[in-house]
Amino acid sequence: MSIWIGKETRLVVQGITGREGAFHSRQMMEYGTNVVAGVTPGKGGQTFEGKVPVFNTVAEAVAETQANCSVIYVPPAMAAGAIQEAADAGLALVVCITEGVPVLDMTFVMPYIVERGVRLIGPNCPGLITPGESKVGIIPGSICTPGPVGLVSRSGTLTYEVVHHLTAAGLGQSTCVGIGGDPIVGTNFIDAIAAFNADPKTEAIVLLGEIGGTAEQEAAEYIRAHVKKPVCGFVAGQTAPKGRRMGHAGAIISGSSGTADEKFQAFEAANIGIMRRPADVVSLLKARLK
Amino acid sequence: MNLHEYQARDLLKAAGVPMFDGDVASTPTEAEAIARRLGGTVVVKAQVHVGGRGKAGGVKLARNPAEALECASQILGMSIKGLVVNKVLVVPAADIATESYLGLILDRATQKPVFMVSDAGGIDIEEVAAKTPEKITKLAIDPRSGLLPHQALKLALALYQDWDQVKAATKILTQVYKVFMANGCSLTEINPLVTTPDGRVLALDAKIIIDDNELDRRPDLAVLRDESGEEPSEVAARRANLTFIKLDGNVGCVVNGAGLAMATMDLVKYHGGEPANFLDIGGSSNPEKVINALKIITADPAVKVILFNIFGGITRTDDVANGIVAATKQFKVDVPIVIRLTGTNEVEAFRILESVGMSAMSDMDAAVAKAVELAKGAA
Repeated sequence: MSIWIGKETRLVVQGITGREGAFHSRQMMEYGTNVVAGVTPGKGGQTFEGKVPVFNTVAEAVAETQANCSVIYVPPAMAAGAIQEAADAGLALVVCITEGVPVLDMTFVMPYIVERGVRLIGPNCPGLITPGESKVGIIPGSICTPGPVGLVSRSGTLTYEVVHHLTAAGLGQSTCVGIGGDPIVGTNFIDAIAAFNADPKTEAIVLLGEIGGTAEQEAAEYIRAHVKKPVCGFVAGQTAPKGRRMGHAGAIISGSSGTADEKFQAFEAANIGIMRRPADVVSLLKARLK
Repeated sequence: MNLHEYQARDLLKAAGVPMFDGDVASTPTEAEAIARRLGGTVVVKAQVHVGGRGKAGGVKLARNPAEALECASQILGMSIKGLVVNKVLVVPAADIATESYLGLILDRATQKPVFMVSDAGGIDIEEVAAKTPEKITKLAIDPRSGLLPHQALKLALALYQDWDQVKAATKILTQVYKVFMANGCSLTEINPLVTTPDGRVLALDAKIIIDDNELDRRPDLAVLRDESGEEPSEVAARRANLTFIKLDGNVGCVVNGAGLAMATMDLVKYHGGEPANFLDIGGSSNPEKVINALKIITADPAVKVILFNIFGGITRTDDVANGIVAATKQFKVDVPIVIRLTGTNEVEAFRILESVGMSAMSDMDAAVAKAVELAKGAA
């Protein structure tokens, strides 16, 4: 097992003929992901790389290929519509890589997909990978190796850095999930941590947060109450400049300044191992996995 | 993107939100003319993107047009927290009975626009929220149905008892919601929303932040950006498609990805140094980006060492190496460069650097420690 994606994943790529979509589709296929279809309106009937059929709509792609997961590489202004199209086509898992999606668009998308029981990961995320089985998104496959550590992160390259340390130390990963750094994302830390907690293959969890908001504090509270597996966590932005803030409203709404200190304190209270730097992940996990 | 107070006023005014008359001036003479037109005592307010402008001397009271000219000539051109004031807003010094708070924000937790109102408005609103949160009324709005009449009424009743003022507030709430949705805002705030002794409800100060992700599809909003009011190096970076924030330290950082960039700054501090900047070159590996990044960082005289931290995924480390080589051929870099490259095409990247007598490291901690040591030696 693992979470959300694996050998059973049949992937449709929305935007497969675009520059980004084509590049990453090739990478995913090389890794072994079962890419069964692509979608680009107006290019239905073509074939990508000589083997993947391209359709005009997601619904056609699903009907013809039994795709069960979508990944989106379309321009930002079209991303909301692409997510909704995937939801209407009956896909239960939608991963949106696109960066720069207007946040107001997401306020309309979220209730739409929740009503249809869809799990969205992203937008503005690197996607996810179950090493040795399937990769959906842009996480470099070469740095990952199968194993017992579940990782969830708000960042992209910081995830790679930590995974690199894990792999070098012989600590493989069950699944790595990048949930994205935008204000409104489909999947939050708690969703991923609950899934890792329920996954028998995951023996330890790594949480990589950033300053801003209260998602890390809420995750810590969830872990304190529900998770027995060892967890360690990092918060990027301990030295970020203060004063980049949203009028008074940002502080009023969250009751929090969203600083790294506040988040680390919440980690400590939940007995989460504190990573002061990315490299600490190895010693913390080795001590806790014994 | 932050709007200036006068720009926020313009958007709200166009939607019908009542406010005191007033206008923006770029010269003392213009300020004098506005004060003459308004008559009586006026307030001259610096239009600059920092908080605490009052305490810094950027807000002054003028009893007549001559004083308005005097105040404007003091404020225009002054520097508040490093930013030069190019415009002042001139408004009447209002006679105020009560001060309330009205904010609408894109909320991460509810994933909806959320109204927050309080009859205890003014500059201490955050303290009010922290100490007496029951004085803040919050309401999440479903964007698919918009602000419904009974919701506007509930919020207005939290602000006023007088029915005429309640009616005026429901109208203002509806107008604020329209401005928020029509302009892709992440924040629209009126603080304070005041009542006058004769019972009118007006917006006295306004703040609007527009979601940067809207600007590509909304050129009408993008033109509102005032680059003269920003740190010049940050403007240059944005034009080069880089995300850059200037800081006070001496270790210049060039990193791919925001999370790794922040973690790199944290690690500089961990090893006893101070980062000079946050700089994210993003996911693409265009060598031109590396050249622009080096130009921006070397323009800061405080920088004693430049640290590259690149984890190649989509970014090809050989492209970054080519960018570094091209940049150092184009212009002279007087400070040492420490390079950490790992990931896609790293063998080729190391070879490119070695061919011109440069070297790179593979480990982030070791590279940061070395950069900090070099910065200390140079300081």
